[in-house]
Amino acid sequence: MKIRLDNVVKTFDTFRAVHGVSLDIGSGELVALLGPSGSGKTTILRMVAGLEFTDGGTIHFGDQDATDIPVRDRGVGFVFQHYALFPHMTVAENVAFGMKVSKVKRSAAEIAARVDELLRLVRLEGLGNRFPNQISGGQRQRVALARALAVDPKVLLLDEPFGALDANVRRDLRRWLREIHEELGITTLFVTHDQEEALDLADRVVILDQGRIVQEGTPEQVCRTPNSAFVMNFLGDANRLPATVSDGKARVGGTELEAAGFANGRANIYLRPRDLDWSATEPGIAATVTRVIDKPDGRRILATTVDGDHVELDVVPETVARVGDSGFVRIHRARVFAEAG
Amino acid sequence: MSAPSRRKPPRVGDSPAIRRMLIASVLVVGAILVLAPLVVILYQAFSRGIDYFAEAIVHPDTRHAIWLTAATALIAVPINTAFGIAAAWAITKFEFRGRRFLLVVIEIPFSISPIVAGVAYLFVYGLQGLFGPALDAAGVKVLFALPGIVLASMFVTAPFVARELIPLMQAQGRDLEEAATSLGASGWRTFFSVTLPNIRWALLYGVVLTNARVMGEFGAVSVVSGNIRGQTNTLPLHIELLYHDYNTVGAFAAASILTVLAIVTIVAKVLLERQGAGRGGRPALASPQGPVSPQGNPS
Repeated sequence: MKIRLDNVVKTFDTFRAVHGVSLDIGSGELVALLGPSGSGKTTILRMVAGLEFTDGGTIHFGDQDATDIPVRDRGVGFVFQHYALFPHMTVAENVAFGMKVSKVKRSAAEIAARVDELLRLVRLEGLGNRFPNQISGGQRQRVALARALAVDPKVLLLDEPFGALDANVRRDLRRWLREIHEELGITTLFVTHDQEEALDLADRVVILDQGRIVQEGTPEQVCRTPNSAFVMNFLGDANRLPATVSDGKARVGGTELEAAGFANGRANIYLRPRDLDWSATEPGIAATVTRVIDKPDGRRILATTVDGDHVELDVVPETVARVGDSGFVRIHRARVFAEAG
Repeated sequence: MSAPSRRKPPRVGDSPAIRRMLIASVLVVGAILVLAPLVVILYQAFSRGIDYFAEAIVHPDTRHAIWLTAATALIAVPINTAFGIAAAWAITKFEFRGRRFLLVVIEIPFSISPIVAGVAYLFVYGLQGLFGPALDAAGVKVLFALPGIVLASMFVTAPFVARELIPLMQAQGRDLEEAATSLGASGWRTFFSVTLPNIRWALLYGVVLTNARVMGEFGAVSVVSGNIRGQTNTLPLHIELLYHDYNTVGAFAAASILTVLAIVTIVAKVLLERQGAGRGGRPALASPQGPVSPQGNPS
């Protein structure tokens, strides 16, 4: 089922949460809405679900205008951030709920068979008689997914699906959700503020800021060619150094970088810690080490440049650096953005 | 106990002297203030023997008072329960202008003296009052009759159910209802299958409190009922009347009925609270990881 959002607007009281968002989601696609809190991503998801109505614009499911279809009839599966499992029902009763209240009447045996099938799918066989407070957070999340899938939704919507879980449980569930998606092929839209989660899971990432889409594309596109300083910063650690552009070159601390198409004057260059290296000798930007943090896969050097800017570098474990050492920061890769972009 | 050598209480504010003093003083004051009068009531009620007690209870005026009190509760409690659920629902699940104002309005009966409510009802429904003449012309008797008693009791107990439900429903939020609706449930289905089961203990507790207060209400009812013996006297009013008649045993016998009612209420409350404690918390609020040790089956 294709989803098309056309110029969707939502305003809460006086606060405009979503400003004219347009988005096409292909059938069977797995798309992440990624953004900081307050970026409107959850509001967009809830409008697609029908839990909020739009103040402007349209939402189409396939060729059908779904903008004014109430959530009850919209045929979406919604997974809540805090699961929203019914605490007074067993796991099996939770999964069966949607089928029991459905306008399509099913026999008790049919429902029971389908519940078993879904519990197998989410690998919770044998837990059907437990209550939600008797299972772990990861298991609850899987029950919530099984419950949403039970009504054969046209579209699956997940609100921060792994937000309340431990980091390692999260990673497992993520891979597992990807597998389920590949198995069922349901068009899926999920919201997250965690870039790692979005990049790990999604076919396509939609990055939002202050109620607007700032960039959308495959994980590769948004990672390799971020179109703004915001995206660059939001997707991962980035150092910012002020630079001067002249004749298509950006200069910072004696290093020259390609900056074709930028107007002469001031600009900012953004550098990932991994795209920098530390060297005792020139060339590079002169800097002094202020701190070294050791990690399992390398060292992070915190340093201050001669111009007083703070930079962080991720270097191989063999790199020799001590607090107070003077040396040079070498730039392997960088992106230039106009100032206040 | 703490290590004697260091002579320090195990926790801050847990020194044995203070602890013993506090517990002892609360027990003594509680016994004098609360327990002693209860014992006196029961003792006085039976002071002239069980036969005299039974005679006092089955006296037509007393029987009528019991009947009237029960009838009042049977009408007032269900209406206020429905009102309380509706009010709690409106306040916790919707955002609207005047929401905080509504919250204050619901609490007014808590802070106002019941007798003020009674007098106010006189002005509204009395012959010189707002609706009085119109009601009188229509032949509807509100004051000095059952409707007035019910209205006054309802005023006094209006907040009870809502006050029990609001904190709980606020904590539960709208997720469960939204989940049920997104799964295709109708509004009624959502209410009966999802909302009601999750508030049932708090609701029952509110109902028990409402009932206790309706049956025991004196101030507001005494103004609007007119105190007509055998006609508009509820049990609390009847007790006062008997007492003024110097019929001490009769007064205490009638009072003992209310006392027994109160004890039943308290037992019900304790049982409900225990049930409520066994209620599964919302999944998200329960421990995030690892199975929780199985509690009593919440259904």
